[in-house]
Amino acid sequence: MRLYMKFFAMHLKSQMQYKTSFFLTALGQFLVSFTTLLGVYFMFSRFNIVEDFAFEQTLLCFAVVLMAFSMAEMLGRGFDLFPRMISNGEFDRALVRPRNVIFQVLAAKMDFTRFGRLIQTIAVFCYAIPTSGVIWTFDKILTLCLMVACGSLIFFGLFLIYAAFSFFTIEGLEFMNVFTDGGREFGRYPFSVYGKNVLMFLTFVIPLALFQYYPLLYLLDREQSAFFMVTPLIGLVFLLPCYGFFQIGLRRYKSTGS
Amino acid sequence: MIVLEKINKTFRVAKRQAGFGRAVKALFSREYEIIHALSDVSFTIRDGEMVGYIGPNGAGKSTTIKIMCGILTPDSGACDIDGRTPWRERTAHVRDIGVVFGQRSQLWWDVPIIDSFELIRDIYKVDGKIFKDNLNELTELLELRELLKTPARTLSLGQRMRCEIAASLLHNPKILFLDEPTIGLDAVSKIAVRQFIKKLNAKRGTTVILTTHDMNDIEALTERILLIGKGRILLDGSLDELKKRSSERKTLIVEYSGNAPALCEKMTLSESKEGRLVISLDPADLSVSDAIARLAEQTELTDVSVSGVTSEEMVAALYKEYSI
Repeated sequence: MRLYMKFFAMHLKSQMQYKTSFFLTALGQFLVSFTTLLGVYFMFSRFNIVEDFAFEQTLLCFAVVLMAFSMAEMLGRGFDLFPRMISNGEFDRALVRPRNVIFQVLAAKMDFTRFGRLIQTIAVFCYAIPTSGVIWTFDKILTLCLMVACGSLIFFGLFLIYAAFSFFTIEGLEFMNVFTDGGREFGRYPFSVYGKNVLMFLTFVIPLALFQYYPLLYLLDREQSAFFMVTPLIGLVFLLPCYGFFQIGLRRYKSTGS
Repeated sequence: MIVLEKINKTFRVAKRQAGFGRAVKALFSREYEIIHALSDVSFTIRDGEMVGYIGPNGAGKSTTIKIMCGILTPDSGACDIDGRTPWRERTAHVRDIGVVFGQRSQLWWDVPIIDSFELIRDIYKVDGKIFKDNLNELTELLELRELLKTPARTLSLGQRMRCEIAASLLHNPKILFLDEPTIGLDAVSKIAVRQFIKKLNAKRGTTVILTTHDMNDIEALTERILLIGKGRILLDGSLDELKKRSSERKTLIVEYSGNAPALCEKMTLSESKEGRLVISLDPADLSVSDAIARLAEQTELTDVSVSGVTSEEMVAALYKEYSI
């Protein structure tokens, strides 16, 4: 962890070399997700209610997903650039250092311009938390924290899969974005609005709904059972196959070297 | 001690064919080509040795280095480096080795060199005092004092290479792999790098394995060379031995004023210009001094130079001999 902070400081130093670029990118990030927010807003200014969820409640959803995503992205940006790391041989360097490989990939790149997004999610939380009609008892606060924390880990798992794919092929990885960026974009509404099949898929295959839809029901008192509170934790099981897949990829890389 | 025994490695490479039609076809069924990158590669390198690993591009040099670094797993064969198998005990193994890839940097582009060094210290968990001593020593030997505070992006290639080498030695590795360390450097930097490597080997007893295309590197640094071609070790011996093995012919360049001298049959004319002759001869048939004397009898010689085979020529001849 100390080493990670060292890397953190190095990245910060590097990026501060180009201050203008840094702030403009951060602003850009902010604007991009801001338009998404506007989209949600205009939708509700027409319909008032989407599938039983009021605007403020949807905002809660929006904020959870966006925050989970931006945290995962800030931490796991290295995975995004992983195909490049492989093709330019930087990954070989990681392999000749006495540290965990995944750690080194993570530490290889951190992108602080994602702060733009994070600031916005905090702003949305500030608005949605008091207005969503939830009575914030201790267990509700805990649930919300779990949603964000487990959510970012699950997104993180998706990034890991993305990276693992690049052991096999460097081209055509865009389809993974359906789940990562797609998850972020579609996650602004509770997943149930997309119909039963999508919900099932997002429960059992790519468990995005486990940290978004189900605990949201608990927050809004639509489900009382504590089971709905801990669904985000169940979603963490997803990390196991992600990790396994990465290891398989790594073994393949070590035997083919490309 | 490095022991490689019968290391084999094959790669399956998708054949790429020209033409759009074939490219579309390749989407569905790919043809693969098996490439034997290494076949039965065996050698032993003792502690403290400096070995030049040479061979044409694509001969398998990088593959061997990668296997020894633990980046690649071979198909078969055994590799034992100080009692460890590199690809099985990667973390423990890499702590004892330093690697310089000449064409890739491990320094951070935008921050001062010293920051990169300190990060490396933390990655390898180098003890504070050892790091300090090491850094002082390396700074002195490689003349880095002025460079430490500048970011890598503002350094020249030669300066950066010196920093790269220092960076891979901060953790006191027992073995140093240098993959084309002098590529693209100017003459002064090349000499500085060579001298440093020599000193390092003498002082710390670091085993150095060097791949290069620059025969001057080999000549200046290593006593032993390993020649690899088409995935096989073809030769293992000292540079002098090899030179002896290859042809003994000498080249004689003479400049003269006056009449062109006649050559005897033991001299072969390889180039002739007004006032200048390039003659090749075998000292076993005719000694160099005799040859010069014979020429001097006939005309006024203004300049004479004798040269043996250069390492460059010798290696080219070797490549040709093994048709690699």
